[in-house]
Amino acid sequence: MKIEHYNMMMSRRGMLKSAAGAAALAAIGGPALNIRTAFAADDLRAAILKIPGVGAGQPTDADWQKVGEMCLGPTKENVAEGEFKGVELSFMGLNNQNVHNVLFRGLSKAWADYTGATINWIDLAQADYNARLQQSIATGTVDFDVIEMGAPFEGDVCGKGLASVMPDWVAKQIDMDDYVGYLKAPVGTWDGKTYRVSCDGDCHNFNYRSDVFADAGLAEEWKKSSGAGEWGVPKTWQQVNAATKFLKGKQLNGQDLYGYLDPCKGWGGFAFYFLGSRATAYAKHPDDRAFLFDPDTMKPRVNNPAWVRAIQDVIDSLPSLPADQLNADPGTTGFQQFLAGTGSMLSWWGDIGSNVKTNDTSVVGDVTAFDILPGSDDVYNAKTGQWEKLASGPNYAPNMAYIGWGIYVMARVDADAKKQKAAWSLAAHLGGKDISLWMAAYPSGFQPYRQSHFNVAEWTASGYDEAFIKNFLDSQANSYNHPNAAIEPRIPGIFQYYSVAEDELSKIYAGQMTAQAGADAIAAAWEKITDQLGRDNQIKLYKASLGM
Amino acid sequence: MSSASSAATGHDAVAPTVAPQRQRMGSLLIRVSTLLLALLVIVEVLHAAGVISFGFPNWQPILFGYVLWSAALCWGLILRDGEMGWRALFVLPAILFTLALVIFPTFFGFFIAFSDWNLQSATGRQFNGLDNLRQLWADPYFWNALGNMVFYVLTVIVQYAIAFGLAMLLNADIKAQKFFRVAFLLPFMLSPVAVSWMIGKSMLEYRFGPVTNLLRWLGWENPSLLTSPWLAKTTIAIMDAWVWIPFMMIMILAGLQALSKEVQEAAKVDGATGWQGFWQITFPLMLPVSMTTIVLRIIFQLKLADIVINTTSGGPGGATDTISSFIFREYKDRSNVGYGTMIAEVYLIIIIIFVALLLWATSRFMQRHA
Repeated sequence: MKIEHYNMMMSRRGMLKSAAGAAALAAIGGPALNIRTAFAADDLRAAILKIPGVGAGQPTDADWQKVGEMCLGPTKENVAEGEFKGVELSFMGLNNQNVHNVLFRGLSKAWADYTGATINWIDLAQADYNARLQQSIATGTVDFDVIEMGAPFEGDVCGKGLASVMPDWVAKQIDMDDYVGYLKAPVGTWDGKTYRVSCDGDCHNFNYRSDVFADAGLAEEWKKSSGAGEWGVPKTWQQVNAATKFLKGKQLNGQDLYGYLDPCKGWGGFAFYFLGSRATAYAKHPDDRAFLFDPDTMKPRVNNPAWVRAIQDVIDSLPSLPADQLNADPGTTGFQQFLAGTGSMLSWWGDIGSNVKTNDTSVVGDVTAFDILPGSDDVYNAKTGQWEKLASGPNYAPNMAYIGWGIYVMARVDADAKKQKAAWSLAAHLGGKDISLWMAAYPSGFQPYRQSHFNVAEWTASGYDEAFIKNFLDSQANSYNHPNAAIEPRIPGIFQYYSVAEDELSKIYAGQMTAQAGADAIAAAWEKITDQLGRDNQIKLYKASLGM
Repeated sequence: MSSASSAATGHDAVAPTVAPQRQRMGSLLIRVSTLLLALLVIVEVLHAAGVISFGFPNWQPILFGYVLWSAALCWGLILRDGEMGWRALFVLPAILFTLALVIFPTFFGFFIAFSDWNLQSATGRQFNGLDNLRQLWADPYFWNALGNMVFYVLTVIVQYAIAFGLAMLLNADIKAQKFFRVAFLLPFMLSPVAVSWMIGKSMLEYRFGPVTNLLRWLGWENPSLLTSPWLAKTTIAIMDAWVWIPFMMIMILAGLQALSKEVQEAAKVDGATGWQGFWQITFPLMLPVSMTTIVLRIIFQLKLADIVINTTSGGPGGATDTISSFIFREYKDRSNVGYGTMIAEVYLIIIIIFVALLLWATSRFMQRHA
């Protein structure tokens, strides 16, 4: 769709009837007009959140272009029109679910038109990402200027001097103070220097079907089956497991019900996060920052009783899950199962929340609710080797899986001042304060990560139901701000650990070995990887990433 | 020179004599270019080993040097040997190309295979002797994948039987013969990656896949085709067969069309039934073509990876894993270049031995039935 046609259509939608709509139209009236002067910041945020509007279908490329154009104000304050003419940038990122890079193309079109730079896109599937990045690093063939990258890779990239240090004007343009606490330094920094423009804040939250857990008929059956307590939303993994077994064979509105959806197929290392989300409540003790390795020795904890219990939970749940669960990766559980109405509980990144109401394939928009990850009645203390019941009640430990995507500029642009400024300007545009609100609200692959994203009024103005969005945002904010949050280690080779674990887990879930034997095999493989990568260095970086 | 004398002299139509000055120039060109290339290599090897401080930032200049040396060698041979040099030029570029892109990488692979090289390791590549070989010997994933390969290779026999049947059908005098020949070839024209997505991920999808829905309609309550080990293995084999049967079919069809009709008609006149005609006339006559087809197909089958990677990632529990998909994971997900290369080199040796034995057995079999 051409942007002019889009504008015409938007005017038909009634944009002109609202003050924000009028302001938007004024802003696009002339390219030389600074959007900031036409928009109050709040008006701009309200206007972009109406594109296309919740319930108006999935955003299209025209929508992305429009949002990118409307959010160009901060760029114009730092870059003159045509300043980057002749500059060519390569941007490497994902193309998962047709978002990430696919979305960035549209969002950055106005930036490229205004600055005169051209962008070449390198698109990667999620499962190919780690391999492509590692090969580029190891073979000295970094062929991209800007990269969409997760914090777990900072050890590989920033630690090897491959990234460009963020200039001060970028930090000011993107308002880094607005980031939620756990995304501030040391995340995004290495040896005290800042490298990252955050565009995402990752944690796994708990997505559940409110209709299932509010159904009177199921409550009745739960009581008859001597289920513990009242039928309701599970708050602990013990309750999740019980509900999963109970729902086997039950129906709601003629549809088969299933409980918690475990992904059992590898996903290039990323599927391991989902076992982590089950395990953190068991394994992350409030008095201990570590949960994956012993920070003094790098001895794996993956075969301790806490992790083995999490693995056993999956094994015990499998007979109650859909018949094809062994071949379901996280993409399947999130988008082909949960959004399509299969399953009633799911741990996932915030994408589920931003997709249930805006993704065309979703049938659960009105019946999905959120919480932080379930807790556990008891928690394993790795230091004492004992299970403990906390005086405060169940142990909660939200899994800050992946610590969010960020945009990093590679050091190879530093030799060319114009190119360096162009690369950082692009990163700042895509990680800008206003544009990020839109990305958090619509399918983008990114979830809320700034304090300003948690203003419920802005979301309701875009068409979100207040109760729904408050519930979603609370699940995110309460995860980020949880005092016992499980933070992923930013150590080199972290995905090697995860990948080898996925292979062993596949064997465990297929019934070829017990949970303990499989966990021992994972631990042995992890020890080998640590030795191969250099134990002392890994210990040093692991401790640093834990803030020890 | 007359045509008569040309015929008499055969390939020596052009006088082989080359002026001594050209010969000297050719020799000089070859020697100097070889010396320069050797110098480049020595400098870069010493630089990479840390013996000398100067050198190139990477090995790219060596590649350019090799290309220039190849050109100089070809030119030098023409100058030095004249007509004989021109003749060498028919095959020399191909040899130099193969040397650079097949022979050298294979042998360089051995160099990597005996090293501990994880791309994310702080220490880089380290020679580790036979460690990778020992690890491979004790690696259950390798043996599991090798066991699966035996299954996949055995399915070639079934594929061959089906392909033979289809080829017979297309060789018969049927309506729309040309249409069916093209239609049956279509799966072979598709990329296995496309097949794994279109069939493995879409048509066989448990919830909405048309194939699984058809199976449900036929009474199969939970048609989950990729979650139990043998069923998953069989499903992968069927998808793979769907892609590759047309290849075997077209080879066999070509053989059938080359057969003399008179022999078969004579058998008919002598009272042979259809089955006897096939089993005692057509099948034995087709043995050379059949053996070639099967051997080629087995070689392709030993490289099976794409459908497995895209559809099951080797699961459930390694049930569908192949050596190639295992190597893919070692390289791609774990950046374990040294060990991954060792698996690849060992597998190459296994394939060479297996195919050599297969060819030897085939040859013996054919001699016995000649």
